[in-house]
Amino acid sequence: MEKCNCTKRQTEKLKELNIDVGLLRPCLEKYTGVSGSLITVLQTAQDLYGYLPADLLLYISAMTGIPPAKVYGVVTFYTQFRTEPVGKHHILLCQGTACHVNGAAGIEETLREYLGVNEGEITADGMFTYSNVACLGCCSLSPVMMIGDKTYGTLTKESTVAILKQLAAKEV
Amino acid sequence: MKVTVGKGSCGIAAGAGEVYSMLSGAVAEAGLNCPVTVTGCIGACYLEPIVNVEYDDGQKRIYVKVDADGAAAILAALKGDASRENGYLIPNEDLSNINFQTRIALKNCGLIDPENIDEYIGAGGYKASEKCVKEMLPEQVIEEIKISGLCGRGGAGFPAWFKWNAARTSPGGIKYIICNADEGDPGAFMDRAVIEGDPHALIEGMIIAAYAIGYTGGAENSGVSSKTEGIVYVRAEYPLAIVRLENALKQARDKGMLGENIFGTDFSFDIRIKAGAGAFVCGEETALIASLEGERGMPRLKPPFPAQRGYWQKPSNINNVETYANVPWIIRNGGMAFAAIGTENAKGTKVFALTGKIAKGGLVEVPMGRTIREVVYGVGGGIKQPPVKANAQGGEVRKLKAVQMGGPSGGCIPAELLDTKIEYKTLMATGAIMGSGGMVVMDDTTCMVDMARYFLDFTCKESCGKCTHCRIGNRRMLEILDRICDGKGRDGDIELLTELAQEIKDGSLCALGQSAPNPVLTTIRYFRNEYEDHIINKKCTAHSCKPLIKYVISTEKCTGCTLCAKKCPVNTIEGELKSPHKIIQQNCIKCGKCKDVCRFNAVMAD
Repeated sequence: MEKCNCTKRQTEKLKELNIDVGLLRPCLEKYTGVSGSLITVLQTAQDLYGYLPADLLLYISAMTGIPPAKVYGVVTFYTQFRTEPVGKHHILLCQGTACHVNGAAGIEETLREYLGVNEGEITADGMFTYSNVACLGCCSLSPVMMIGDKTYGTLTKESTVAILKQLAAKEV
Repeated sequence: MKVTVGKGSCGIAAGAGEVYSMLSGAVAEAGLNCPVTVTGCIGACYLEPIVNVEYDDGQKRIYVKVDADGAAAILAALKGDASRENGYLIPNEDLSNINFQTRIALKNCGLIDPENIDEYIGAGGYKASEKCVKEMLPEQVIEEIKISGLCGRGGAGFPAWFKWNAARTSPGGIKYIICNADEGDPGAFMDRAVIEGDPHALIEGMIIAAYAIGYTGGAENSGVSSKTEGIVYVRAEYPLAIVRLENALKQARDKGMLGENIFGTDFSFDIRIKAGAGAFVCGEETALIASLEGERGMPRLKPPFPAQRGYWQKPSNINNVETYANVPWIIRNGGMAFAAIGTENAKGTKVFALTGKIAKGGLVEVPMGRTIREVVYGVGGGIKQPPVKANAQGGEVRKLKAVQMGGPSGGCIPAELLDTKIEYKTLMATGAIMGSGGMVVMDDTTCMVDMARYFLDFTCKESCGKCTHCRIGNRRMLEILDRICDGKGRDGDIELLTELAQEIKDGSLCALGQSAPNPVLTTIRYFRNEYEDHIINKKCTAHSCKPLIKYVISTEKCTGCTLCAKKCPVNTIEGELKSPHKIIQQNCIKCGKCKDVCRFNAVMAD
């Protein structure tokens, strides 16, 4: 049987997106034949590349033998996975009950106004994306947002803008 | 001397990381013989960052809301100059709030170093699991749990021993012990606090469960080693919890409490972590199993129950973090001691995450049977009041309106039912549920229709889509609530919501769908007047639904300072200097900025 060329084509396409599949190979090898590891593989891939473009999903499908439809199905089911790139600083704005009661909607408005983007979009300078997420579990400090591994609590419109300015200033 | 800094997620967010590095740096620099260690969350989140100091003379002092200046004051106190520490000592009232509680699941949280297994062992840890594995038969362990009356703390409140026994009696070469740490209920964070603050309690609880469910060796079948495997399914949103748990697992393995032949017996058990990927429905046990298997997390019909056929079709026992964390205490102190706490219908304690418009939010562990009022006012200090504006007369006083329990599956309990006892049955009678222990307090600025909409929006997003009623019915209910909040509610909407709610309850497979209409039903039951105000009078009495608010300036209170006119983003406030101003309503975008900036409380929402 003639060998399918799919994997090679995927790799080339992924190169254009600046995605080096070599980084994922150790993970794929580790989980080859281990059933139930698709989510773990996807989590590793997203950690490496920041997001999961369609071509990468096809590559993972080809390497693991899991049908593309199933890979895509899992990716779209869980909120953690994203198929679009995000800004350098990914802001996770908590939409838990306590944050909602204490004004998370106002903070979202501030983010939208200050950054000039809607949820999930990247700012023009590629610095920021914000996403609404379910409870971050820091309810007593509500409203809360998380950027990277750092949690910022008791946000006000003013403190939110100050935090963003500080992060942007660090980059210059 | 010993210094301990509370470094849970919330403490770190409040600045505990900086305080820790300041103190450890300064202590080393000053050459003091005083270890600086970390601990988890003690539960008094409103006091974070918290620093405990044990002085050489045996005195213990708790410093709260510690900032850079506070750290300097503590350092001075360590050197013998306690003159500046007063401002940072914990107020007596707050101390008694902590002492008011009965702590079992949170026993060690905020007291021991979660990254050091020796501190857990020093606090009596791993004695219970050793006793089980070495001295007790699995059946005896299950019997002890039965005597204790421990019920699942994740929401359903199912007796733990029953599940354990079912999993034990199901045949299968390998059995799985799964911990549900996919704490998805928005407004609850006790599982995070336990894993971050006392991960070994969870591990020990799982060891005991594994032994009770899966051990088949022993005298009669000597040499037959049982096969059990543990998995903790933890939310990816809890990075610190994952790190601390990984560290704790490694330490337990190194000490021989996990792995092959634990405690030198023929019983083997190990635990691995699986990070969830963000789906509320995975809190449902069959959905969680599907997710563990790498699939979309969609529930399936029960039976067969997971105890019969679960993960990879093998007998599996699933409990939540808090449930497992209670187990070591029960074995150590006996099932009777646990059953002595609480009421006839509900045994032991329950941890609640007290949040929302509460003065002293945090984690609270109280015996079953306490009233909601005792928790909200006794421990939580009542409603959080807004800061008083300096020049204003007649500042606003907020009143408690409702307490939401059980998250998206629960309901809103109105102020007049605050004396309801915290028990599975009594809460159920109000239309709410115990749930995983979220307790969100709401004052009169919270609109109950908007609250119902918020929860329904959540369940719509989190519905897995399998059952038509849940997938489409909830969406239709959300649309109705959207239009009510927009001031476009129609006569008959309340009846339509009630009818749809019943259909969804009847037509959904899992608890997510069956309970999704609860927030709507309870708010209609207790706050029907608010719905009617929205629909008929086009008014939101809580002044929360923007399309229904009208801002007006009181001619009596307005001093004509022009501040509001200057700050108005759409320049729709008119008036001369030193004479009352007026808002031109047709251009008003209802941003509320004028109300925020007014120093005289002259702008009112109508």
